[in-house]
Formats: sequence, structure tokens, C-alpha cells
Amino acid sequence: MLEIRNLHARVSEKEILQGIDLTVNTGEVHAIMGPNGSGKSTLAQVLAGRDLYQVTEGEILYEGKNLIEMSPEDRAREGVFMAFQYPVEIPGVSNLYFLKAALNTIRKNRGLPELDAMDFLSLVKDRMKLMEMDPSLMNRPVNAGFSGGEKKRNEIFQMAVLEPRLAILDETDSGLDIDALKIVAKGVNALRSPERAIILVTHYQRLLNYITPDYVHVLSDGRIVKSGDKELALELEEKGYTGLELEAAI
Amino acid sequence: MMPVDQTIDQQQVPYISAFEHSETDLARIGHPWIHQIRRDAIERFSELGFPSAHDEDWKFTNLDPLLKISFAGRVERGDTVRASEIVRRLPGDHYRLVFVNGRYSPSLSNEPGQDLTIRNLRDALSDGTPLLEQHLARLADYKKHGFIALNTAFLEDGAFVYVPRGVIVERPIHLVHVSAAGLRPQASHPRNLIVVDANSQASVIESYIGVDNGLYFTNAVTEIIGGEDTIIHHHKLQRESDQAFHIATLQVEQNRGCTFTSHSIAFGGALARTEVNSVLAEGSECTLNGLYVVSGRQHVDTRTSIDHAKPHAASHELYKGILDGRSSAVFNGKIIVRKDAQKTDAKQTNKNLVLSEDSTINTKPQLQIYADDVRCTHGATVGQLDEDAIFYLRSRGISRETARDILTTAFARDIIDRIKLESLRNYIEQILTSRLARERKAEKAV
Repeated sequence: MLEIRNLHARVSEKEILQGIDLTVNTGEVHAIMGPNGSGKSTLAQVLAGRDLYQVTEGEILYEGKNLIEMSPEDRAREGVFMAFQYPVEIPGVSNLYFLKAALNTIRKNRGLPELDAMDFLSLVKDRMKLMEMDPSLMNRPVNAGFSGGEKKRNEIFQMAVLEPRLAILDETDSGLDIDALKIVAKGVNALRSPERAIILVTHYQRLLNYITPDYVHVLSDGRIVKSGDKELALELEEKGYTGLELEAAI
Repeated sequence: MMPVDQTIDQQQVPYISAFEHSETDLARIGHPWIHQIRRDAIERFSELGFPSAHDEDWKFTNLDPLLKISFAGRVERGDTVRASEIVRRLPGDHYRLVFVNGRYSPSLSNEPGQDLTIRNLRDALSDGTPLLEQHLARLADYKKHGFIALNTAFLEDGAFVYVPRGVIVERPIHLVHVSAAGLRPQASHPRNLIVVDANSQASVIESYIGVDNGLYFTNAVTEIIGGEDTIIHHHKLQRESDQAFHIATLQVEQNRGCTFTSHSIAFGGALARTEVNSVLAEGSECTLNGLYVVSGRQHVDTRTSIDHAKPHAASHELYKGILDGRSSAVFNGKIIVRKDAQKTDAKQTNKNLVLSEDSTINTKPQLQIYADDVRCTHGATVGQLDEDAIFYLRSRGISRETARDILTTAFARDIIDRIKLESLRNYIEQILTSRLARERKAEKAV
């Protein structure tokens, strides 16, 4: 589904990704771990199409298509979704309106009819229940005045409504208390399916206690220095990033 | 009749001679007292002339494009067919007085009947009522302002609304001024007088709408007398044609305990200027909300003045602007707090959203505070759309263009949502939506 080859990317003059290789197949859950500044979030943003980052080398193939040449909206329409590390507040635009516009654009792209208000509302209600969200949040402006935890849950809720094929979760666990973390994990697990791939970008192993990854990759200085199964995350917890980096250097 | 040393600008001449030509006709409208006011006003106009660039109040608005054309042609009766198409699209739940090229059109209007005084000024002047003599031309000072003087000299028609003591007018009163170009450049000088007596409540809408992108000049004056303990909602919706010139003054007197709210929404005109001036008595409250949306080479100028003449009055002002293309805007908000006006609470904010690098905004708060126990704040911002928000929307499948429109609409909705009349709110939002769509189309064509 996703094939990243020798990916280099920079922000202004600084090269952050220095040759990433990664293959993700449908049905798989990959965790990308690494210390601050290792390039995890940059990778997520590059996949979503943020133009702050320039890809200088390498390629990203998504279902055989060149992802780099696609606009962020085209990527979303083709089924790519990123849960933001810092969801943006948009005063004056209601959550419900925003999500309906997004869903219908994506449905249109898939050749599906637009959902009418009734069907949309019942879908929203169902997914809100999954994410244990307060229904009043729907009529509030997007993320405006939401707590940190509400914002993160709102991201996973959007994912549950939009049903992407490739979901990238950028540090969705950071800043969540254990109860909120469990809800987020429940939401993500509910979306695991043989047709869908999930990339979890995280700093901590904690999230992986609730979402079991098929593969774990360790990112350091813009490269994947080690890959393995879920055991690698536990090893990382034990030795810390420094220990692992030392090992990789030897 | 004129002082000997007075030099008259070339630009004034056609208007003065047009007055002389039409004076006999004008004199027939109303009683001698009003015609004496017209004569005083034209004399004052010949002395004052049009404002010049040296005038501090007109520093950022270049009047040359307006002044190089003489809009003194004989006003033609407008095309009521086109006007009726426009009127049909207006919200339907209002009392409606329609004026085409400044003249009252009974067939397009929808008057309330005998119970309420909502009628055209021309007929009211002919019938004669002490209220007119008492109030007309009392607030809008033709002795100081050239454009008000010109409007007063050509005072002919407009709306006269009188709400007696203790009456709540349930339906909004919509004064619709439709204008079209004539064979020669022509001007209309609509004049509206709204008197709301003590303990009453009314909601008034003034619309200015252009037909077929015509070139014409609207020079409007509205006077509102808010009696004691009244509640008045005023709305002005300016949608003149892209080529038109629009100069308007709204002069308000708020008596003790009067709550006045103004919503001024401006979309149109090549050059448009609106002045909103209110004088506040004790315990009164003044809220001024505004939105201007300009693009292309449009210029819009907003000037507000809130005069806290007496203690314990409050004012809140929020104006927002959206500028695209090579447009320009001016916002000048003056707040005066007189020596007596202790415990004044005044807040003024002007926020501008600049969608193009080629647009210009001049914003200037002007606070004159002579009392010491007051709370006055002001702030102005000029910003662009939030790129993070645009990316967020795009990352959910929404196109860049739609994302821009959603965020621009959200910026404007903050003002539109303050309007209490739902049908008007929806109507304005529709105008905004089609306006943004037009910009997209223009962008694509480039």
C-alpha cells in the first residue's frame, strides 16, 4: 500500500529526513518510535502533504501512485488521513459542518452519493459514542476551546467518520491521561481492518500496550535505525533511545 | 447670495445650476419651511464645496474619480421591471418601501396601512406634520458637511418612519433604494427620517442596491431620533454596483436609556463611504457592528463617531473587513468622552482580513477622552488567513479554494451572526457566498 524509498526532506535549510525506507502493507499496524527531533513528525507531515517540508530525494508510492505530486486534499480523497499532533482551532466553523463537507468530498471521490443530513447525523452519533465524546462538541467550532484530550479524541473521531485507507497518527497519545488513552486506543482498534493500514508515530511505548503493532521501527537522525516486532518497543522501554542508538552505532 | 471672496470649484457648478433649474419643482414638495432649508443648504454647499485631500477626514479617500464626473443630470425614472426582480429576492417578511433612483415606487412597496407611519417622505412633506418640521435636518449638519448640504438641497424623497410612544413594531421596516444609470450621469439623494418615541421598539433595514453594474451616484442621509428607553436595531446593506459611488451619513440621537444597534454591511461601489455618528445621553447604549467586503479596485471608507455626551453610557464597536484584489479600505473610529461623561464604558475593535498582497487598509482609532473615570479600549488588527487552518481543512479532503472560502466566511460570520433577523442573516450570507464564488471565477480567468 505504501512504499517509501530513500526519502529525504528538509524544512528551510535543515535536512530532517535522511533516507527513509519503509514498506507498509494493508492490514498492518506500524509503530514509528524515536526521540524528539528524530524526524517522526516530519515523516507524518510529509505523508499528509504539508508544504512546509520539501522532499529533496526519494519517492513515496501510495497504491502505486506518486504521493509527493499529490495535493493534501487529493491525498485525503484517496484515503490518506493524518491525526494531527496539534489539531488546529478554527473559530467560526462548526465541527459538524466541517466534517460533513470533508466526508462528502471524499465520498464523491469514491463515487459514492453524498450523505443526507439524517444519515450523516446517525453516522456521527455512532462514532461519537465509540469515542465517548460529548455530543455538544459537534456544534462547537472546530477544536476551539477543546481541552487537549478532547482535541486528540476529535482527531480519532474524524478518522472513524472518514474511514481512511491509510491512517497516520502523529503522537496522538502525547498529553493524554490513561482514561483518554484507552478511549483513543479503543477507537483505533475498532478501525483495524485487513483493508486498512495504520502508522502510529509515538515517543512512548505506553500506547503500544493498548494497540499492538505488527512492526516497530526506531527513527534516529532522520533514518530508521532498527526495525522489529512489538518486542522492540519493550526493549526500547528498557534501554532507552540512547542505549539503542549506541547499539546501532556499533 | 454668495460671499464675494468665495471661489467656487468647477466641480460644484453643475450641481448648483442643477439646483437652480429644478428649484421650482423642488419648492412644490412640502411647505415653505423645508424649501428654506434647501436654499440654505445649497448656499452652504457652494461655500463648503466637496471635501479635499487636505481635509483630515478625507485623507485616505481620493474623491477625484467621483468629482471628475458631474452627476447633475436630470434624474430619470428607473426601470421598475429590473427593480422588481431585485425586490423579489429580498426577504419577504418585512414592511417595505421601495425607491427607484430616489423616487418612491408604491407598486413595489408593501406598506403597513394606517396604523403605523411608515411612508415616503415626499407625501409626508406635502401633507405636513409637525414632527417633520421639528426633526428633519436637525441632526445631520448641512452647515458643516458638503455632502449632507448637497443631499439637503436636493431633498425630495425617502422614508419617514414614526413609531409612537410605547409601540413595538413587530415586523422589520425595510427601506430599499434601487439605483440605475441614466443617459447622463445622475445622482439620487435619498433622505430618511426615523423617529422612535419613548418606550418603543423598531427594527429598520436600509438597502442600497445597484442595477446592471451602472454608473451613478448615491448620496444618502438618514437621521434617527431614539426616544427615551427605546430599542432600535438599524441595518444598512450596501450593494451598489461596482461602478457606482456611494456616500452616506447616518446621524443618530440617543436619548436617555436608548439602546441603539447598528449593523453596517458593505459589499458594493467603486467608491463607498459610510459615516455613522451617534450622540449618547445618560444610560444609553450604542453598539456598532460592521463588515466591509471589497475586491478588484473597490474603495470603502467607514467613519464612525460615538459621542459620549453624558455619564453611564456604553458603546461597543466591532468592524471587520475583507480585502481582496487591489482594493482599499479605510476605517476611522472616533470615540469622544465628554467631561461630564463619567462611568463611560467604550470598546472599539477593527479587524481586517487581507486576502491579497495588493490591497491596502488604513485603520485609525481616535479616542478623545475628557473625563477621568471611564473605561475605554480599542484595538485594530490586519491579518491573513491562517495557513495551518487551511492545511488542516485540506488534509481532510477540502480543496484549497473551498478552505479559503470557509475560513473567510467564518471571519465574516462573526458579524453576520450578530444580526437578530434570521431572514436578513441568511440573505447576507447568501450574498457573501456568491460574492466569494465570483472572486474564485475572476481568479481563474486571470
